[in-house]
Amino acid sequence: MRYSVFSLLKNSFSGHKNWAPAWREPQPKKEYDVIIVGGGGHGLATAYYLAKEHGITNVAVLEKGWLGSGNIGRNTTIIRSNYLLVGNNPFYEWSLKLWEGLEQDFNFNAMVSQRGVLNLYHSDPQRDAYARRGNAMRLDGVDSELLDREAVREMAPFLSFDNARFPIMGGLLQRRGGTVRHDGVAWGYARGADLRGVDIIQNCEVTGIRIENGKVQGVETNKGYIGCKKLGLAAAGNTGEVAAMAGMKLPIESHVLQAFVSEGIKPYLDTVITYGVGHFYVSQSDKGGLVFGGDLDGYNSYARRGNMPTVEHVIEAGVAMIPGIARIRVLRSWGGIMDMSMDGSPIIDKTHVDGLYLNCGWCYGGFKATPASGWCFAHTIAKNEAHALNAPYRLDRFRRGYMIDEKGVGATPNLH
Amino acid sequence: MLIKCPYCGPRPSEEFTILGDASVRRPTSNDPATMDQWFDYVYLRDNPKGRYKEYWHHGGGCRSWIVVDRDTQTHEIFGTQAARDVTLAENKKGNS
Repeated sequence: MRYSVFSLLKNSFSGHKNWAPAWREPQPKKEYDVIIVGGGGHGLATAYYLAKEHGITNVAVLEKGWLGSGNIGRNTTIIRSNYLLVGNNPFYEWSLKLWEGLEQDFNFNAMVSQRGVLNLYHSDPQRDAYARRGNAMRLDGVDSELLDREAVREMAPFLSFDNARFPIMGGLLQRRGGTVRHDGVAWGYARGADLRGVDIIQNCEVTGIRIENGKVQGVETNKGYIGCKKLGLAAAGNTGEVAAMAGMKLPIESHVLQAFVSEGIKPYLDTVITYGVGHFYVSQSDKGGLVFGGDLDGYNSYARRGNMPTVEHVIEAGVAMIPGIARIRVLRSWGGIMDMSMDGSPIIDKTHVDGLYLNCGWCYGGFKATPASGWCFAHTIAKNEAHALNAPYRLDRFRRGYMIDEKGVGATPNLH
Repeated sequence: MLIKCPYCGPRPSEEFTILGDASVRRPTSNDPATMDQWFDYVYLRDNPKGRYKEYWHHGGGCRSWIVVDRDTQTHEIFGTQAARDVTLAENKKGNS
């Protein structure tokens, strides 16, 4: 059923007892045209665009836990396309454009809110770097504005402007950036894919990949063998494990990133602000809690929890940026496992195995990329070649020396 | 997370900086024919789920490099050794 004000009215007359489930819970078929490993944002988006853009509906999404139990439910919900390097802006801008039309497209309220993303700068060199980034964005047709101190003060008077060591001098603002209800994205894509015939199979863990004569045949799972013509991996932090089943060693390390939400407060912060001194970014959810995060813990991890030194650092940076939040209590914290690549940029590509496709390396910027990642991955799988938008994200760029290293720190996954 | 430095005893992890995988070995040749080894050394990682040996630097203490045997799923640390001792033992094994 299509969700609309009429479906809402109709169901309200029966006390909301007769809503149909948003997606089916099918048993796996013997064979599919395409199997996607990983029922998170990117996997579900891929299945959705395979069905919608390419008419490939004999598709299964295999998820080892429950739908959206990974990073799609563990991020700080920020969307933006404020990159510097060639290759990144067109891709992330396409993602932002897809976000802008997403709710109408998949008929689900994902609460896309273009409340702006403001990156603060605190020194002359940092202003120059942001001016350069803003210009690069404009060259790629992305909106950007360089604000001075007074313009920032007007937007967010509660920031620590009088810090003697790190005074706020201004900020780079992307007004079209913002936040999205992250679970709604997973649910919307799942429902949209399911309506078009995609089987979403939860609690189905892939334990092996069957390859014969260099071609993918299917996957072994805890629900038995499932055959497929093409196989797409979108397993985020577990990519290394899954790819190893196909004999691949990747330029990826798995790291834990923590995020936090405070108790609910009255409307206070109506944009997304990132700190230019420490690693800290914050927005306020519609429930009132401040949603914030910082840097990786730094050590390789598959545990979805981090340690106290990072918690302390993030909260110190937050209080340094907004002294007024010092007495707000943290309600929850959690960790997610990031597939950190060697240059901080993702990989969407074919592999050395015929019919095996790889989508990984999202580091901790994967949420904003969800629509474009699914869109490009679906194109790559359907046409067996990369779209121009994901052509820079080749797997062999590391060997060939075509890294896309926004932060410029080299082959050090925990520093990107 | 407490890391037991072989010289300083158990110390909080924030005194240390991690470098990463202690299993990778720098190729000894500059010959372009060894490009695959270099590629493997610089970029490719096993990224195991479970026990893992990694280099940490005790920068906030004795400034020595150590090899930590840690579980990436539980963060449990099974043991630590001075990186120097690990390499010396390895070289001895390789020469014998």
